[in-house]
Amino acid sequence: MTGNLTSGPRIWLLHLAVIALLLAANFLLPEYHRGVFSRVLVLATFAMGYNVLFGYTGLLSLGHAMFFAAGLYGAGLPLFHLGWGVPLSFASGIVAGGVLAGAVGVLALRTAGVAFMIVTMMFAQVFFLATLYFTTWTRGEEGLVLQPHMRQVDIAGVTLSLTDPSTRYLIALTLFSSVLLITLRLARAPLGRTLVAIRENEERVRMLGYDVYRSKLAAVMLSGLFCASAGAAYGLLFGYVGSGFASIQYSILPLLWVLLGGAATTLGPLIGTLFMFYVIDYTSSITSAYLLLVGVALILLILFFPKGLLGTVREKWLPWLP
Amino acid sequence: MAFGPYLLLATLEGLVSAAVLALTALGLSLVFGVMRVVNVAHGEFFMLGAVLAWAVSTAFAGHPSIGFTAALLVAPLVVAGAALLSERLVLRRLNYDPEATIVATIGILYIIQQLALTFYGADARPVQAPFNVRIQLPWFGYSGYKLFVIVAAIALMLATWFLLTRTKIGLIMRATQYDRETAQAFGIPVDRVYAGVFAFGAMLAAIAAVLVVPTQQAHYLMGRDPLLLSFIVVIIGGLGSLRGTLIAALLIGLSDGIISVFFSPTLAKMLATGLVAMVLVFRPQGLFGATAR
Repeated sequence: MTGNLTSGPRIWLLHLAVIALLLAANFLLPEYHRGVFSRVLVLATFAMGYNVLFGYTGLLSLGHAMFFAAGLYGAGLPLFHLGWGVPLSFASGIVAGGVLAGAVGVLALRTAGVAFMIVTMMFAQVFFLATLYFTTWTRGEEGLVLQPHMRQVDIAGVTLSLTDPSTRYLIALTLFSSVLLITLRLARAPLGRTLVAIRENEERVRMLGYDVYRSKLAAVMLSGLFCASAGAAYGLLFGYVGSGFASIQYSILPLLWVLLGGAATTLGPLIGTLFMFYVIDYTSSITSAYLLLVGVALILLILFFPKGLLGTVREKWLPWLP
Repeated sequence: MAFGPYLLLATLEGLVSAAVLALTALGLSLVFGVMRVVNVAHGEFFMLGAVLAWAVSTAFAGHPSIGFTAALLVAPLVVAGAALLSERLVLRRLNYDPEATIVATIGILYIIQQLALTFYGADARPVQAPFNVRIQLPWFGYSGYKLFVIVAAIALMLATWFLLTRTKIGLIMRATQYDRETAQAFGIPVDRVYAGVFAFGAMLAAIAAVLVVPTQQAHYLMGRDPLLLSFIVVIIGGLGSLRGTLIAALLIGLSDGIISVFFSPTLAKMLATGLVAMVLVFRPQGLFGATAR
């Protein structure tokens, strides 16, 4: 498409501006909101991982909590029990997510549509039950609290503590920005184009000679890796690893965030996550019935607003948005 | 206790859960079979039935059987009404798109669950059985009510089978299931059939819940296990196949009862869920389903 040639610099500028804005937020936001933003950035990374599969490839998974939790436990367990350092734990979390995503992808991609949703949900349920069953190591729903002294990194003689709000924010932002730029690159690369084509018409892509299965598997793996990196970062930054993060609810939330922000948009997951986080934060100060809100939001979105915020903006005003 | 009595007890408990499961899964299976809608909120209709049973039965003073009978009449109808409402307001507007309806029914799940928590509370509350008879078996006495649950479930399933295969309503439902467009072309009000099936499916879950609630307790989270187990049953039995659903319910209910007597329930659930996922991966038409349509 020729449109992309002219809009290329504009797109990169937009994304770099968003990152710069988020960087400035570290110094401008009040303490409470900086903490919220750190969480949102990590969770938005989770949502971006979900978006690779749901938005671009058109595969609706109901089990992404397992990838997030694989990263969470993959990082948290060695840190807690084996005393591995923070960088090594983070890497092991990502590897755990990648391995799981590979295995789940190979199996689940034999199915399609509704069966794919149910299979992913069931695998995630098995993972959740496993976190409860191996309670000796995971402490089940009570979870593990990673003490501040475990969450320190020594780099060239400087000790970075992950409990420091500014360090935490900057690490979360680094993770978010990397995944954002990778997603942007992906969306404009041949693989991303193939994934979108698969979403639109799988048979035709196959007929044109593409290996559909391999592209889909690549999407599942990438998605799993992103989600696992978010999970690992979440555990290390906020010091808590519990089975609640593996429950079905954490498979639904990224779906909600992506739907809200706009599926198959690079910045949609961030907007969706930020918006929903503040809505829940605000309503939970008034009422404990925030699940009601999640339910109503899901129904209203799917009924009246299936393209989400950025999706609608793209459709109406800014067709060049990636 | 020796092994024999233990096994008999486990089998009886398994039969009770199989009976309840068969009813619940039948509702899910009908909705999926006719409408091609995966109703994730099915477990919440079950829970709603149990919670309403508590509400209705406590409203009646006197002998527990009066309250129970009232609950058995009122709760399923109210649940069917709620299902009808959500079908008209949400599912129909989505034109029954399979993926969109899953997202929407997840939303319905959260709404019902939160409403139950708000208005009913987080406590588990008991419902009194309508009668309290112990039937003496060779080694121990067994609750007569639980045996009644088994009999009632069988009767209800026979009635559903009769409805589906021997009446005009059933014929219309099967025609819609077989080919929606052709059915519509022959003047079948597909739209109304869908509404009816969705309400009927929810009603079956609610009846199952009212039947089982005297042996358990009503709780706002009690819809989770029935949902998961019903999914398992419907998948093993073959999506949309009535006979398969019954056989699978018997299989799953019995093994669930027996396994959880002898092993850790978490491990049992883990293995069952994993195995069923594998069935769906390698034999998507189910173990008993003949061919995938």
